[in-house]
Amino acid sequence: MSKILIFLVHPSLEKSKANQMLLDSIPNSQDITLHDLYEEYPGFTINVKAEQNLIESHDILLFQHPLYWYSCPPLMKLWIDLVLEDGWAYGRGGNQLLGKKWVQVITTGGSKEAYTKGGFHGFTPDEFLLPFRRTAELCGMEYLQPFLVQGTFELNELDLQKESNRYLLFINSLLGGIYG
Amino acid sequence: MDESSFFIQALIYLSSAIIMVPIANRLGLGSVLGYLIAGIVIGPFVFGFVGTEGKDMLHFAEFGVVMMLFAIGLELELDLLLRLKFWLLGLGGLQLVLTAAVTASFCIGFGFGWKPALALGLILSLSSTAIVLQTLKEKGLMKSISGQASFSVLLFQDMAVIPILAIFPMLSDAEVLPSANHHSLIEDFPGYLKTLVVLSVVVGIILVGKYLLGPFFRLLAKSGNREIFTGASLLLVIAISVLMGAVGVSAALGTFLGGVVLASSEFRHELESNIEPFKGLLLGLFFLSVGASMDIPIVMQSPTKVLGIVFGIIFLKAVVLFVLGMIFRLPLDQNLYFSLALSQVGEFSFVLFGYSAGLGILEESSIDLLVASVALSMALTPILLLLYEKTIFGFLESKIPKKQTEQDIHKQENPVIICGFGRFGNMLGRFLRSNGIAITILDFDADRVEMLGRFGFKVYFGDATRLELLEAAGLEHAKIVVAALDNPEKQAELIRNVSLHYPNIKIVARAGDREEAYDLKELGVQYIYRETRETAVLMGRDVLRLLGTRSHTAEKAKNLFLKHDDETFHELFDLRKDRVQYMSLAKQRNAELERLMLVDLGQEEELERDSWSEMER
Repeated sequence: MSKILIFLVHPSLEKSKANQMLLDSIPNSQDITLHDLYEEYPGFTINVKAEQNLIESHDILLFQHPLYWYSCPPLMKLWIDLVLEDGWAYGRGGNQLLGKKWVQVITTGGSKEAYTKGGFHGFTPDEFLLPFRRTAELCGMEYLQPFLVQGTFELNELDLQKESNRYLLFINSLLGGIYG
Repeated sequence: MDESSFFIQALIYLSSAIIMVPIANRLGLGSVLGYLIAGIVIGPFVFGFVGTEGKDMLHFAEFGVVMMLFAIGLELELDLLLRLKFWLLGLGGLQLVLTAAVTASFCIGFGFGWKPALALGLILSLSSTAIVLQTLKEKGLMKSISGQASFSVLLFQDMAVIPILAIFPMLSDAEVLPSANHHSLIEDFPGYLKTLVVLSVVVGIILVGKYLLGPFFRLLAKSGNREIFTGASLLLVIAISVLMGAVGVSAALGTFLGGVVLASSEFRHELESNIEPFKGLLLGLFFLSVGASMDIPIVMQSPTKVLGIVFGIIFLKAVVLFVLGMIFRLPLDQNLYFSLALSQVGEFSFVLFGYSAGLGILEESSIDLLVASVALSMALTPILLLLYEKTIFGFLESKIPKKQTEQDIHKQENPVIICGFGRFGNMLGRFLRSNGIAITILDFDADRVEMLGRFGFKVYFGDATRLELLEAAGLEHAKIVVAALDNPEKQAELIRNVSLHYPNIKIVARAGDREEAYDLKELGVQYIYRETRETAVLMGRDVLRLLGTRSHTAEKAKNLFLKHDDETFHELFDLRKDRVQYMSLAKQRNAELERLMLVDLGQEEELERDSWSEMER
């Protein structure tokens, strides 16, 4: 049984159907902690110690966020800058993240096709997410393939339901157990 | 003196002063000389408006000197003295002793007896605090090395006046009573009892000053009546001097002691500013009387003699100072400046001349010559310094050191002065203090001052609308004045005072409501803070959250609202006289804000998308 720490990072969640759907799909479990960064730190003053303590008692760090300008929302970037400290996350004596898993759950407005070599954006999500991959690796973490929900504003109710089921299965597989 | 002639006297004295003092100030001679010249002009030898009663006037005006010593005592904070002990005792002490010794031996060479020679040496060793400090301040040299050295020497001299006054009776050959014009109460007591009485009076003053004055002033302050407070300050000085006079100690010494006792009191600035106008006027009157009683014909008969004395004194003093400056390793340019700046004889010498005439140490004729010479030496100082700056100083300039030394002479004044330390000022003060900003606090509520003192805040009691009080609290060194007085009229008065006299100091002001804020803007205040605005909006933000709005969204809503409120404030300011237009614009702006808010909270029809995803389609 792995413990999952889910970071919800969305500056305007009330306007994102896709992200609300994803949030609703997360099962209730004592092994899952939901941590809503924009709710916790509206003024962008991150409590680094508290964040680190939270991480130390979990095995998987899951970041659920929309893709803004091929990257994460600003609070998540700030979180990375502040929380992943030298001497704690990496560097001399920085072994707190060793062996933990890093995974991102990302919604994109653009479709699957747009994020291909020949598509509108010209690169794949993997290529765009390279900085996060390196961040995780540098901290000795295992970087898992991201879970993508794409073309969000073309999704109808039925599509949303399908994506929701897919997400539940994904989380269950991460937990290494069966939840329904 | 009957009533009408008293007023005519006052008329003459005051009008001559208000004509001459500004002129002397314009010419850069300083107000002391202005008064002296005015005195000479109205005196018996020029216009003859006032006759020989100049001498009686002197006795009355000497009380100005008593007050000056009280003020000097108030300035003497113990920690300042401790910080300066090296300069003070070394440079200051040696200066006095050496100058007095050299001058006295010269006088003996001229055929004086040793007693008058020593008296003269002591008198001439003093320099003019008023002239030098004013000059240094005007030229911004207070923090330079020469400024530090000068300040130390002057401070030592001011303190040395007390023992000098005590020594003088011993230098008298004549059989003169210890106090020139009245008998002391304890004259017939045996010696040991005298000493005992004097000691117990001094101890009494110290104890009363330490333990009784605080509560007493607080009681008065509660009555909230300013003139009573002023009266009490005067009463204090007069009472001390009478008491001391009664036991045969000089009034000056007594009040000086009283001042020192009160230097650490929270009422210090208040006392200082209450005494200030009286002190200034009485001292002015004193210098006027000196001028009026000056025997001009004597000087006129022997101009070469006078000039010889003047330049002799200046040369002697400057040489002694210069040698000491070398010993104390002042840079050459600074040393020269320091030597010239302190080369005149101080205003206190007039007091001592009068005193020594009363004791019969010096003859009247030589005193007249000397008083004229001293006045001239004072007049020459600004001129000499100007010449020095224009010529040699430029060549030597080792530049005033930018970096200040550890033992900073001038009392470091705080960059922020908070006026009004109620709920609002208190909060601000705590915030600034926790960020290591040094603040000076003024408040007019005696209970509060006492309570804050217990919490380790250095709070001064006083009415911040009085410019002289602010100046005593170090206004000229401040960068920012926080106006946080509760009473709008007082607040306006404070702002007007500061912005008029110190246009470079930034004023940060608290306003009670929108109307008050408009009034402050009218006064030209740039930084205005409505007391309840942020708190109310913060509460609003949390109400939104409790209703289920996301934190970050509520936070953004708060910031948007505040920004919009600021903009509206400045727009409406221009219209506030025109009620109709004002209301219509206000309504319009509110509607606009509402629309903005709805969009931001996602309740607007046109559901705003992540704009950057829009272009992905």
